[in-house]
Amino acid sequence: MLYSEKVMDHFSNPRNVGEVENANAVGQVGNAKCGDIMQMSMRIEDDIIQDVKFKTFGCGAAIATSSMATELVKGKHIDEALALTNKAVMDALDGLPPVKVHCSVLAEEAIEAAIADYYKRQGKEFTPKKACGGCCHDCHQEAE
Amino acid sequence: MSTEIYLDNSATTKLKPEVLAEMMPYLTEQYGNPSSIYSLGRESKRAIEAARDQVAAAIGAKSREIYFTGCGSEADNWAIRGTAYAHRNKGNHIISTQIEHHAVLHTLAALEKEGFLVTYLPVDEYGMVNPADVEAAITEDTILITVMMANNEIGTIQPIAEIGEIAKAHKVLFHTDAVQAIGAAPVDVAALGVDMLSLSAHKFGGPKGVGALYIRSGVKVDTFLYGGGQESGRRAGTENVPGIVGLGKAITLATADIPGKAAKISAMRDKLIAEIPARIPDVRLNGHPTKRLPGNVNFCFQYIEGESLLLSLDFKGIAASSGSACTSGSLDPSHVLLAIGLPHEIAHGSLRLSIGEDNTMEEMDATVAALVEIVQRLREMSPLYHAQAHK
Ligand SMILES: Cc1ncc(COP(=O)(O)O)c(C=O)c1O
Repeated sequence: MLYSEKVMDHFSNPRNVGEVENANAVGQVGNAKCGDIMQMSMRIEDDIIQDVKFKTFGCGAAIATSSMATELVKGKHIDEALALTNKAVMDALDGLPPVKVHCSVLAEEAIEAAIADYYKRQGKEFTPKKACGGCCHDCHQEAE
Repeated sequence: MSTEIYLDNSATTKLKPEVLAEMMPYLTEQYGNPSSIYSLGRESKRAIEAARDQVAAAIGAKSREIYFTGCGSEADNWAIRGTAYAHRNKGNHIISTQIEHHAVLHTLAALEKEGFLVTYLPVDEYGMVNPADVEAAITEDTILITVMMANNEIGTIQPIAEIGEIAKAHKVLFHTDAVQAIGAAPVDVAALGVDMLSLSAHKFGGPKGVGALYIRSGVKVDTFLYGGGQESGRRAGTENVPGIVGLGKAITLATADIPGKAAKISAMRDKLIAEIPARIPDVRLNGHPTKRLPGNVNFCFQYIEGESLLLSLDFKGIAASSGSACTSGSLDPSHVLLAIGLPHEIAHGSLRLSIGEDNTMEEMDATVAALVEIVQRLREMSPLYHAQAHK
């Protein structure tokens, strides 16, 4: 399987690894059984993502998509971050092998999960973009 | 990235220079078709028969019991399907295990679709088959037992001779996939009590794309490829002469001093098996502690995933493999790791290091040092490790 240079770069030098101090938005998606878990933590002020960090258990593509997703949403308004698609993450990485598309879906969902948590903490209603079974098998079938 | 430390000898091995030298004439000026009558053809025929003698000698068989194939997978396919079809009038039941190579498992799955019944025996936590389970599974309809000699992932060496006795007592044909065992453990078809045995050249210093099936004389097995009269009419096709010559030379070299080679290789294995758990917490050795291939090391590293481990090792010039879903190209981790009872999340973090003759103790030190650093780095990135630390 071949990864693009960008994927390899983000895998070997991942940006924004860790947990944001005083985070007010934390989301986790995926499960260990499937082999990928992504956790995103954010500090959101006036609906702007001031800081974002990730922790990921998973393959090279899972780590690279997490890293790229944090770069794409950092400093953005939460509405813009919610509009981020898995395709945009993939494109930014110059593509992913077909069997790894689900990793980019997970990254999109991790961002959404963190922002949903922010809404909850603010006592606001959140309408999810789409339902996910929480298992990579679901998205994988979609991707194929 | 270039590979400096090759620790994937169970996937394939480097062609030995002596083997290449033997093959060279048959890739160049000795191009005759072995079926041709003139001297150029006769020389090719002679070379094939010499290689057949070498393979036979290496496993204690007669030359006419050796059939060359296109690979180890073909030998497995042939042994199983050939036996199933030749004996279906006697019964439709086959006994195997949950940890066979896919060349065996997928062949059996195809037979199940045709109405054959297959029992896949479980293994214990070390990946060992219990011969008593084999005996208990035999019914009046059992026509074949197929159990691998050594597992390619976790290295466990099965009690083949004991199963051979059971097979003989119940008059059931017995096949073993010995692809990983040749050159690593003594393989003698009579001592093992097998009727059929598969092997593959590229696992022991020979070329890729050539293997052999031993079929004990008198055992009825259907023809595998129809066509010309090659391989006694049982496997047609103009022979891969250079490949077969390479197989003959490689098996002779690989079996020349098995105890000496195994001692050297297992010393490196035992160093990894001792040092990895001593220097990295939360790891688990997979496979049997002693009854394992001299070159096999297989560990699970908790909280991390195998593919990212392999990529990180590759950055440091170290080649290895994993049973994680991401590396198997499927969604589930290796069937072997699941069969020994590992939960999915642990199986995803597996790493196989398979050592060969060309490796050195210095390379083992460098590999342990690299692993300490990589595992730490990946764990710091893992939300599972984080959760553990806060417990
Ligand atoms: C146990 C076992 N059986 C069969 C095979 C298949 O051999 P080949 O690659 O020659 O088809 C392999 C190697 O991948 C193996 O390890």
